[in-house]
Amino acid sequence: MTTPLLSLQGLTKAYPGVVANDNVSFDIGEGEVHALLGENGAGKSTLVKMIYGLVKPDSGRMLLRGQPFAPPEPRAARADGIAMVFQHFSLFDALNVAENIALGMEDPPPMGSLASRIREVSETYGLPLDPYRTVGDLSAGERQRVEIIRCLLQDPKLLIMDEPTSVLTPQEVEILFETLKKLRSEGTSILYISHKLEEIRTLCDHATILRLGKNVGECVPAETSARDMAELMVGSALQTPERASRAFGEVALDIIGLSVPSPTEFGTSLRNVHLTVRKGEVLGIGGVAGNGQDELLGVLSGEILTEADAVKMAGQPVGRLGPTARRRLGLLSAPEERLGHAAAPDMSLTENALLTGSVRENLENRGFLKWAEARSFAERIIEAFDVRTPGPENAARSLSGGNLQKFVIGREVLQNPEVLVVNQPTWGVDAAAAAAIRQAILDLASKGAAVVCISQDLDELMEISDSFAALNEGRLSTPRPTAGLTVEEIGLMLGGAHGMEVAHV
Amino acid sequence: MDLSQINPVLLVASLMVAATPLLLAAIGELVVEKAGVLNLGVEGMMIVGAITGFAISVETGSPWLGFLASAIGGALLSLLFVLLTQVALANQVASGLALTLFGLGLSALLGQGYVGIKPPGMAELDIPVLSDLPVVGPILFGHDPILYLGIALTAAVWAVLKYTRVGLILRAVGENHDAAHALGYKVVRIRILAILFGGACAGLGGAYISLIRVPQWTEGMTAGVGWIALALVVFASWKPWRVLLGAYLFGGVTVVQLNLQAAGVAIPVEYLAMSPYIITILMLVILSADKSRAPASLGRIFHASH
Repeated sequence: MTTPLLSLQGLTKAYPGVVANDNVSFDIGEGEVHALLGENGAGKSTLVKMIYGLVKPDSGRMLLRGQPFAPPEPRAARADGIAMVFQHFSLFDALNVAENIALGMEDPPPMGSLASRIREVSETYGLPLDPYRTVGDLSAGERQRVEIIRCLLQDPKLLIMDEPTSVLTPQEVEILFETLKKLRSEGTSILYISHKLEEIRTLCDHATILRLGKNVGECVPAETSARDMAELMVGSALQTPERASRAFGEVALDIIGLSVPSPTEFGTSLRNVHLTVRKGEVLGIGGVAGNGQDELLGVLSGEILTEADAVKMAGQPVGRLGPTARRRLGLLSAPEERLGHAAAPDMSLTENALLTGSVRENLENRGFLKWAEARSFAERIIEAFDVRTPGPENAARSLSGGNLQKFVIGREVLQNPEVLVVNQPTWGVDAAAAAAIRQAILDLASKGAAVVCISQDLDELMEISDSFAALNEGRLSTPRPTAGLTVEEIGLMLGGAHGMEVAHV
Repeated sequence: MDLSQINPVLLVASLMVAATPLLLAAIGELVVEKAGVLNLGVEGMMIVGAITGFAISVETGSPWLGFLASAIGGALLSLLFVLLTQVALANQVASGLALTLFGLGLSALLGQGYVGIKPPGMAELDIPVLSDLPVVGPILFGHDPILYLGIALTAAVWAVLKYTRVGLILRAVGENHDAAHALGYKVVRIRILAILFGGACAGLGGAYISLIRVPQWTEGMTAGVGWIALALVVFASWKPWRVLLGAYLFGGVTVVQLNLQAAGVAIPVEYLAMSPYIITILMLVILSADKSRAPASLGRIFHASH
């Protein structure tokens, strides 16, 4: 057997109170696309940070082509041919593309020749990019190209990609995969981190699965079913949300020809949006972030006021009503941004429960707060949605992202809404908890509530929604029944690949 | 009222002198803010520079040693800010305000024995022929060396920020310190160096007031120039040449209003005295209408653990 490119042997890293990686070992071969699978908090990020020299292992060692490898800092790792595309892009908004790329290189050439090399590489790999554009103006897909080209210019031996497709449209994903396959054929190894199993099955040669910091199994993804991999990740049988077949009732929410300018400078204005949701129906709205999702949620929740007739709830105009008045009528919403929008970070869970629940749960008495009731409401949410926290007196900030998400969604679901609007309900939540949240949304719909679910996760929308519409540059496509929609059709509804093309060579 | 006694050549020459303390302090603070740190202690570092520079040049008889000492004094005081904000991760606004108050008190203590003394002068540039030219001579070739240092420093800061890798890294740290850290740059080290540079520049600016502009020592003699420097950096949209422009504008209006006072114009002195501040800020507000904005990490505390 040939020497693997990178061999990890017994890597262990502990942080106070948690062992992030416990004796993890695996090999990455030359020219192999190796998947690293795991739930949130399984220790994937810590592991790649050790390979990239950002974190030092407590014990264990790494071998690069048989030689001991212990990078003290990212610079050393880059010098040894290791490059990384980060999950949260590590880009500088105020600088241009060429400057951003120069920052990630050891010996950048002068700007002029760097710019021409960027053009060269971007054309070879089908990732068009203008070196002099300011990064702050680029779309998510284009920003990712900046990161990838930054890595490619250093001629890496191992390319680490941390959740690269979470912000891309299906077509953009396809183009990214073409680029990665071309890299593999040139002998570059890729360590691909994701929890999207279908992607891993189409792309990766080998997979290592982490659970709670331990290596719990390896497999060849093409020969393993997605369900088996998911169960290895979760450690138990996975429940798929069930939807009871149900009849839709009357129209619960109605938007006709709504155009609203965005309240923020860089937001997207809504243009001529039509939308109808009936009782018992789940309407899924897909689209890449920044295409008007926040504005649509604002219009529905009452944060953005419109003409009275533009938004109707069960035939009654509500366009001029603010969020509290709409809550009284039964229109509840859970925005995407958890800390600062859906929840006040430094306030306790009880206080946060009060903030949106006071109207419908009757937690207020002539301006005075009913603390006991508020506390028991918070406890009910924690209980029903399995929020992992020592108690409702803890600050919202102290919860992990996934746990806070469960709390935020649970808080609205338990208030028995007539219409529920959620944006990215399972963002950053692990598979088991995501399934629980989706089930709760479906249960709510089967009890007769209308649900509008805005999400970037198409698999999620296919799973829970009855009809699907795409939001693209502030325009909403005509909703179509979800049953029978193919990925290609959805991709076209989402507005294509934003000018991307498949690798030429 | 006799406006004819105002000599335009002398006016321009003296506005450059009036602008230099402000320019030095502001260009230092610009570098600090470009690195993502807001140091509100400029006034404190200036006044400490003013007294250390004054004391050392009186003791040694050399204004050059005085200026060197003022830069060291300003940098030493900024080291306190470094300890508070970069090591102890204290709030930058509160630390900067404390630095100013501390600097004002410390300088008063140090300066007790120096009130009423005249410092040794610094020879003005005297280039044969050039300095004797009419009009151009006194304006361009008849100043002390520190004034030219101020202009050179502006050009150097502009060129370094725009064209060099060091400048690019400094801007990157100020723009997104988490990303810079992830790429392996030493965020804290770069910021410490920037803060020390800012302190040294503020110190020089202070000494320019006590050694050349006035020249003597009185308590609190920087009289708010440090605060104007802070405002100048913001209104100049973090651009070095605009800082120079703003500083000269401020210096110009200051000198003109002093001349008007001397000429006995029938405008109350208070209005004249406030005019440099108002006109400078007004002018820069108009200039800063373009879309350039503050470094994104400005004033945020950096924890390496993220």
